[in-house]
Amino acid sequence: MFSYYLELALRSLKRSPGLTLLMVLAIGFGVSASMTTYSVFRAVSGDPIPWKSSQLFVPQIDMWGPTGRSADGEPPNALDYIDAVALMRDHRAKLQSASYRVAPTVQVPGSGRHPVSVSGHAVYSEFFPMLDVPFAYGSGWAVDADTNQAAIVVISGELNRKMFNGQNSVGKMLEIAGKDYQIVGVLGKWDPQPRFYDVVDTGGFDTNSDDVFIPFTRAIAMGMSNAGNLSCNNNPAEASFAGLQRSTCIWIEYMAELDDAAAVQKYREYLNGYALTQKSAGRFNWAPNNRLRDIPQFLDDQHVVPSDTKVSLMVALGLLIVCLVNTVGLLLAKFLRRSSEIGVRRALGAPQAAIYAQFLTEAGIVGLAGGVVGLVLTGVGVFSVGLVLPKDIAALAHINFSLLLLTLVVAVVSAVLAGLYPTFRASRVQPAWQLKSN
Amino acid sequence: MSTHPILAALRRHKAGVVLIALQIALTLAIVCNAIFIIGQRIDRVNRPTGIDEANLFVVSQQWVGTQESDGPGAIEKIDSLVRADIDTLRRMPGVESVAPANSMPLLNSSHTNGITLTPEQKTPTLTATIFEGDDKLINTLGVQLTAGRAFTAADVQPQGFHNDNVTPSVIVSQAAAEKLFPGQSAIGKMIYSDGKGTTIIGVVKLLESSMVNTFGENSDYYTIIEPVRVDGDTSRYVVKTRQGQQAAAMAAARDALFAVNPQRVIDADRGVRSFAEIRHDAYRSDRGMAILMAVVCLIMLCVTAAGIVGLTSFWVGQRHRQIGVRRALGARKIDILHYFQIENLMIAGGGVVVGVVLAVGLNLWLMSQYEMPRMPVMYVLIGMVALLALGQAAVFVPARRASRVSPIEATRAV
Repeated sequence: MFSYYLELALRSLKRSPGLTLLMVLAIGFGVSASMTTYSVFRAVSGDPIPWKSSQLFVPQIDMWGPTGRSADGEPPNALDYIDAVALMRDHRAKLQSASYRVAPTVQVPGSGRHPVSVSGHAVYSEFFPMLDVPFAYGSGWAVDADTNQAAIVVISGELNRKMFNGQNSVGKMLEIAGKDYQIVGVLGKWDPQPRFYDVVDTGGFDTNSDDVFIPFTRAIAMGMSNAGNLSCNNNPAEASFAGLQRSTCIWIEYMAELDDAAAVQKYREYLNGYALTQKSAGRFNWAPNNRLRDIPQFLDDQHVVPSDTKVSLMVALGLLIVCLVNTVGLLLAKFLRRSSEIGVRRALGAPQAAIYAQFLTEAGIVGLAGGVVGLVLTGVGVFSVGLVLPKDIAALAHINFSLLLLTLVVAVVSAVLAGLYPTFRASRVQPAWQLKSN
Repeated sequence: MSTHPILAALRRHKAGVVLIALQIALTLAIVCNAIFIIGQRIDRVNRPTGIDEANLFVVSQQWVGTQESDGPGAIEKIDSLVRADIDTLRRMPGVESVAPANSMPLLNSSHTNGITLTPEQKTPTLTATIFEGDDKLINTLGVQLTAGRAFTAADVQPQGFHNDNVTPSVIVSQAAAEKLFPGQSAIGKMIYSDGKGTTIIGVVKLLESSMVNTFGENSDYYTIIEPVRVDGDTSRYVVKTRQGQQAAAMAAARDALFAVNPQRVIDADRGVRSFAEIRHDAYRSDRGMAILMAVVCLIMLCVTAAGIVGLTSFWVGQRHRQIGVRRALGARKIDILHYFQIENLMIAGGGVVVGVVLAVGLNLWLMSQYEMPRMPVMYVLIGMVALLALGQAAVFVPARRASRVSPIEATRAV
């Protein structure tokens, strides 16, 4: 029966090619605009570490007090050196790491090649297991390397390709900011977006790869400057990197792994106790105002998804709705023009269900054709947003199988939905009336 | 022409009428808001920076083997390197003026300070972007000094990157001066940052801050220039060239700097950038959003127009016989044409009225969700007129075809 409806539908669509083309194009444009903006939205709103994001927490401590809070009473979104190091020392979470962004120059000693600037992070040993960072060669470092301020480095696969042609470089030396470091690990492909471990410096997205990871303690000992954001409520008393470490200026990110609700609760209590201790020590003279958010909550709180992206998606969905209303009108016209045909079919014994099947098949075919047009236009769209949107966001929007499938499904489903009312009207055509008027 | 027969006919195909009206309403609501967004973005991109943007480029570089934290003497060492660089750039052919600077307008790299009027004041009167450069910076940028004096070489202090001490004298933007000292001259007045005071010695007319895209809010032109040569792990130089010499100077700058001191990294892509490129990057997201909205609007208007053509054509086909009868009874071609035009005007009119409500509603919702400003009534009015005109334009072709139906149709059986 379906093949018969298919044939009927194709014949009907061929009879008014202009109208058919119009519907197909409307659905194609509507769906592709939605899918293009959705591809961007999907890229920026994704969970960068879905299997673990609800166990990773970002603690915030109110070291600035009432004068430094945001309008809604939020404490600063990063830590100062004193608090970050105190939290590391107390070591109350299963795994934890303070980190800050560095941007040193690197070169292979004796290679004769010119040094390059890279971006990287100073982290603790637990950073790698906590974030499930994949290694191609070697591994991270042990806790004693943190304590010993070891001159070691983990480099990205990208930097390894550039500097060592992708060979296993573990054990080799790398000169970082003029000092020698031994490579202990080379990362596999690792480019989480949003850059959840450093939202504060990247705003969420980063086109640059993070190329070097060195022990936090070593970076501090070597006076490797913070290359990320620096915010101060009060300027440091001493004008130096050491002075910065004694100030309440915030420049350090912090993450802790807490595996269950009990651990989270315990950590909250710990932070509260910490703030109270600081209060009684005279460092803070206000009530504790801490936050402990998991990754999805923190990304949301930091507005990682640009509002432009959300508004674009909304406007594009609006376009899809307009296209659908348009299709409803055109299908209605098309179906009702065939009232006499419906009358004949009904008079010859076709039940209403048969009419439904016939016309929804026709709507579905329009949707499918619209979807195919939509696929092409989505391809053009995703390519084009790459040219006009900010590079860090545009680089993330891409076409994959699920997007293509979704394009087709949305096109067919929306066309069938658009066909429901016209079909309902068509099914109610009174056979007697039609036969009589002819 | 009486509208009664039109209304009577519309009642015969309610669904089609409602669908066209709904489509027009939705189109109006979305297009108004989208065009409003486009307008805002265009306004932002067109904001003046207050600097003379032509023939300007920036060199950003990083020292190798020399760090600010190297201990005593590090700042002095870096300062001599910086001065050597400036000297090298100044001697390049085609170069008019060179100044070191921590940042510049639209560069998206900023240093801000809360400014107070007394050392004790808790909440800052304003938050200003701090630009640090030497006595040549104002001339190099082409910023217009409107009151007081410019810096002299004697005012300039070398300072490390982490040194945030205020200098004894600063130059502020007009916007900052007016906010700090409304209705008075700011020259000679003291302002404070974190309790430390400095004297305003000059006011510049307009100077854009370096971050223009923070959370979609426009910056407020609160900028302050300090006479500081920053001696950190990185340095930055603003270079003004003579007309037509920029490309050559940009190409030669890297080699000239490497020739004087090879211990540095100048990034291949972002090390030497023209101001035009900096401006292009700063407003990339605004331009992107405007283009996206424009494309969506265009598609939506085309779809709506095509929908009107399609549905009206169908109605014309359906009413061939009735048109023939009217023609046979003496209606002129122009009467038939007007019939369809007025019919469309009525449908579109209804849609537009609903659309205005939706447009305002959508704007209010966007305001509550995304810190969007209120849409001026002008956008809605223009949108109304545009959609009514679109309806008329779309209906013209099928209406003219209707007017050409021969009276003889009346005598034909369907």
